[in-house]
Amino acid sequence: SPLGARLLSVLSRDSLTEDDWDEIEEELLLADVGAGPTTELLDALRTRVRVLGVREPAAVRDLLRAELVALLQPELDRTLHTDPRTAEDGTHLPAVTLVVGVNGTGKTTTVGKLARVLVADGRSVVLGAADTFRAAAADQLTTWGNRVGVPTVRSDREGADPASVAFEAVARGRDEKTDVVLVDTAGRLQNKAGLMDELGKIVRVASKVAAPSEVLLVLDATTGQNGLSQARVFAEVAGVTGIVLTKLDGTAKGGIVVQVQRELGVPVKLIGLGEGPDDLAPFDVEEFVDGILG
Amino acid sequence: MFNSLSDRLTSTFKNLRTRGRLSEADIDATVREIRRALLDADVAVPVVREFTAAVRERALSSEVSGALNPAQQVVKIVNEELVDILGGATRPLTLAKTPPTVIMLAGLQGAGKTTLAGKLAHALKGQGHTPLLVAADLQRPNAVTQLSVVAERAGVPVFAPHPGNTSEADDPAADAPLIGDPVGVARDGVAYAKERQHDVVIVDTAGRLGIDQVLMQQAADIRAAVNPDEVLFVIDAMIGQDAVNTAKAFADGVDFTGVVLSKLDGDARGGAALSVAKVTGRPIMFASTGEKLTDFEVFHPDRMASRILDMGDVLTLIEQA
Ligand SMILES: Nc1nc2c(ncn2[C@@H]2O[C@H](COP(=O)(O)OP(=O)(O)OP(=O)(O)O)[C@@H](O)[C@H]2O)c(=O)[nH]1
Ligand SMILES: Nc1nc2c(ncn2[C@@H]2O[C@H](COP(=O)(O)OP(=O)(O)OP(=O)(O)O)[C@@H](O)[C@H]2O)c(=O)[nH]1
Ligand SMILES: [Mg+2]
Ligand SMILES: [Mg+2]
Repeated sequence: SPLGARLLSVLSRDSLTEDDWDEIEEELLLADVGAGPTTELLDALRTRVRVLGVREPAAVRDLLRAELVALLQPELDRTLHTDPRTAEDGTHLPAVTLVVGVNGTGKTTTVGKLARVLVADGRSVVLGAADTFRAAAADQLTTWGNRVGVPTVRSDREGADPASVAFEAVARGRDEKTDVVLVDTAGRLQNKAGLMDELGKIVRVASKVAAPSEVLLVLDATTGQNGLSQARVFAEVAGVTGIVLTKLDGTAKGGIVVQVQRELGVPVKLIGLGEGPDDLAPFDVEEFVDGILG
Repeated sequence: MFNSLSDRLTSTFKNLRTRGRLSEADIDATVREIRRALLDADVAVPVVREFTAAVRERALSSEVSGALNPAQQVVKIVNEELVDILGGATRPLTLAKTPPTVIMLAGLQGAGKTTLAGKLAHALKGQGHTPLLVAADLQRPNAVTQLSVVAERAGVPVFAPHPGNTSEADDPAADAPLIGDPVGVARDGVAYAKERQHDVVIVDTAGRLGIDQVLMQQAADIRAAVNPDEVLFVIDAMIGQDAVNTAKAFADGVDFTGVVLSKLDGDARGGAALSVAKVTGRPIMFASTGEKLTDFEVFHPDRMASRILDMGDVLTLIEQA
């Protein structure tokens, strides 16, 4: 890969010049790691290279890789919590997963893929089409549901209250003793207060039946520095428990999640690798870092 | 939370003003601030590099050293260079001499193409045109349904002979993921428009990655089949460094004629606008600013320049210069 090769050629010189450091900096910036974190990473790396007296190019490269891996906190729990519970009064409570994010990131597709994984794992699943806004959003989700063979709870009315659709879906999961209810929500930009309030309401109303055990924020890997602002606001409004990084099958590296994880401590749990039902994979810190470093 | 570029430059200038002249070190410090602001706004690294070099060169020239207020002069240069790249004056849609005018939409998945199709149709209808929407995205689940709903909202007809990817259709096989014949649908759509005397045809296509050679070839085939007057590349204002790769891939793949920047109602600074304009030389024609049919406007380079640099009040400084 170009970055790997270039880094190697940069690092293979005996001692690094300012230009060499600039080159490394550029490669991190190109992965959308961001100017702030890139500067911090390089400062830390310079110090370590000096302190350790490292001269071996491969060792410098390993150090950079290690810094990145550490930033991504491999020790975080990245499992999806999808086990149903039993309330004190004996009521069956499905595990509720809410999928949120800005417009067009891949929320509905991710719900479809997740349903596929859960069904393959022997779980019963209900989908909730709480995007009552986007044209044909419920149809799109229903198509995914039918493909996987799980029912979709939807409103027959366009513009219906999304919170009540979410409520109905979770209630159906409770009544039918379903293992998991996956609730799809409409895309919304984090700077739209009204839409963010609506999301807060969806969470509250669904929680009247069963509080979500996962709130997954779907971030598009092509997203630049705005991704951090997305994560901050969605975390505050909806209590995000995990991140799904989609569209990693393209040329974008998704480096914004470095900052997101560092600031919010919310782990990336899954990655999207295409438009097909099987294009969902667990997030692997080392693989991700190798993607950034080429 | 962050100091805006305006704040940072304003404080730099306070020091400069007392000294009167800009030294090379002063200019370098200013250029560093500008570089950081551009990177924070997601302007692509190679574009930042070229841009700051150009600004630095002009700033070192007599144009600045002779100026009454050299510091403001630097900011003025930055602004001029930005607006220049973003495309000084905007260009209207090219209409065909012999109707129908064919407009093809292309872009990454989820960029905002289908939504834009409705907005364009709505706007054109308002200007007295008789647009037809053509559903040539057979790939994404219920894209045809979505376009049909959008068409209905815009009050325009839709040509949708193939239902596309729906739950009634067979599951696309893993080894043959492409559904239907979007090239044929697009070609037939234009023929249908001619027959029915629609004077504009808007062809919605599936989202695709720049590196997806099969789908990019399909887009090229659609282009060849309908011979469009405009190919609009729709790009999300939130995109980061990948903007350059993607824009180049679509420029090579479908040779787009103009750019539409979508989701500008968000709070992303939208540095991609600069990247795409710079690396492809194609004009940014429209801004998409919401999910509703009317959230659509002509692109304003000067507003975009201030937005990217977050420097509304620095422009006031220039005026005082
Ligand atoms: N290449 C690629 N495309 C993806 C991936 N995930 C989703 N998509 C595509 O991205 C587009 C948007 O996906 P959706 O699932 O509709 O996104 P959404 O977040 O539900 O969109 P809204 O509900 O409109 O906000 C579709 O064309 C999907 O097929 C992925 O991992 N890789
Ligand atoms: N806030 C906002 N949302 C937008 C804008 N344009 C499109 N959207 C939303 O972005 C999402 C994706 O829009 P689509 O028009 O379906 O995008 P597309 O490019 O056709 O997507 P694919 O066909 O899956 O590739 C939807 O939720 C739209 O409502 C915009 O300018 N502002
Ligand atoms: Mg959706
Ligand atoms: Mg579409």
